[in-house]
Amino acid sequence: MNSPTPQFVPSRLSIYEPIHQIGIWGENFKRNGNPNTSTSLIVEVDNKLENESETTSHEMLAPTNNYEQEASKPIDKIQRRLAQNREAARKSRLRKKAYVQQLENSRLKLIQLEQELQRVTQQGLYMGGVSEGSHIGFSGTVTSGIAAFEMEYGRWVDVQHRQICELRTALNAHISDIELRILVKSGMGHYFELFRMKSTVAKADVFYVISGVWKTSAERFFSWIGGFRPSELLKVLVPQLDPLTEQQILEVCNLKQSCQQAEDALSQGMEKLQETVSSTVAGGPVAEDSYIPQVATAMEKLEALVSFVNQADHLRQETLQQMSRILTTRQAARGLLALGEYFHRLRALSTLWATRPPEPSLP
Amino acid sequence: MDKVMRLTTERGVVLFSKSSCCLCYAVKILFQELGVTPTIHEIDQDPEGREMERALMRLGCKAPVPAVFIGGKLVGSTNEVMSLHLGGGLIPLLRPYQAFC
Repeated sequence: MNSPTPQFVPSRLSIYEPIHQIGIWGENFKRNGNPNTSTSLIVEVDNKLENESETTSHEMLAPTNNYEQEASKPIDKIQRRLAQNREAARKSRLRKKAYVQQLENSRLKLIQLEQELQRVTQQGLYMGGVSEGSHIGFSGTVTSGIAAFEMEYGRWVDVQHRQICELRTALNAHISDIELRILVKSGMGHYFELFRMKSTVAKADVFYVISGVWKTSAERFFSWIGGFRPSELLKVLVPQLDPLTEQQILEVCNLKQSCQQAEDALSQGMEKLQETVSSTVAGGPVAEDSYIPQVATAMEKLEALVSFVNQADHLRQETLQQMSRILTTRQAARGLLALGEYFHRLRALSTLWATRPPEPSLP
Repeated sequence: MDKVMRLTTERGVVLFSKSSCCLCYAVKILFQELGVTPTIHEIDQDPEGREMERALMRLGCKAPVPAVFIGGKLVGSTNEVMSLHLGGGLIPLLRPYQAFC
């Protein structure tokens, strides 16, 4: 009774996995053209799977009616059969390799698509949800670090705005230094809170932080490794702090210089990282469709990006701390007000720009 | 550990780095900017690299590289170097080893 076992579905149905078994089946079917030989073929395929070598030839000569006929054929026909089997095995190995390669490529594409989808969803949520002063809660969701950050950042901006108003009122009302000190400390602490938030979300998605998509467009224009340039910060602050003592002027000058040097060093490090990732991704033969080794290596190198973002934020924090050390309480309060007001105006600029009237169309 | 200890007691500015590390590259650039040529040990090119990495971590460095020693004393990693520099404390430490050509 030539009933095939479940593993050996005839090839013409073409629904059988893995592919190479169909191949072997198909070829053998064609060659014999006799359905009664199915028993012998089962033996052949079975042995092929276990041990693709010439020693299987003996096992293939198992005593069935059909093989008795074959045993009487000349030896060279058997040799030819062996060669054909080896060829079939080789081809099926190649097909399997191609199939696996295809699976790997599809997997990578799937990951890319998922990330793209997540990014677009986040951006959609952000654009729709957060605007100056008003904050719509996100219904629903996404437990990812990015969504959490965006909510926190929305609150951060609101608190920032409130603090600026408090500072302005306090400075105009000429409150005591002790009370002013409290406002200065909470203002500084608020910035440090932002750096902590950024550090957390950078671990989840460093590209998100670096892209600055969480900031308004005008702020993004000035972005340097995921935030403002420390040297820029000093340029904005210093004119607002007059009058400074001689000692203070000297210290601020030194701070400007060392800040600039540190910034340059990090910038060059970033350039080096870009070069490294670029040459890694571009490397290898383009003629082949497989790019997985290059992409995998590039992934490792990108880990360094998180360190750079953290270092840049560290530089920002350090700059703020040094300034607060150099300045008097009142000067520090004025500085914080100036800085906060600057970013507030940049955000207003972004809104204004986004809502500007369309250009009149030409007649 | 011995190798690391021996190398750190070399006079001057010593930097433990990895040739593939871009943050180490940034620190090298900073020293260059300040007119200092540190003695650089690329531990990824050293046969005892793994050991050295462990030794550096045991000395208190959170990341094994970059690790900066000045005059035999551990200054720290990028964080510490940057903080020191902005605070004005780095240049005085480097003064004996600066060479502006």
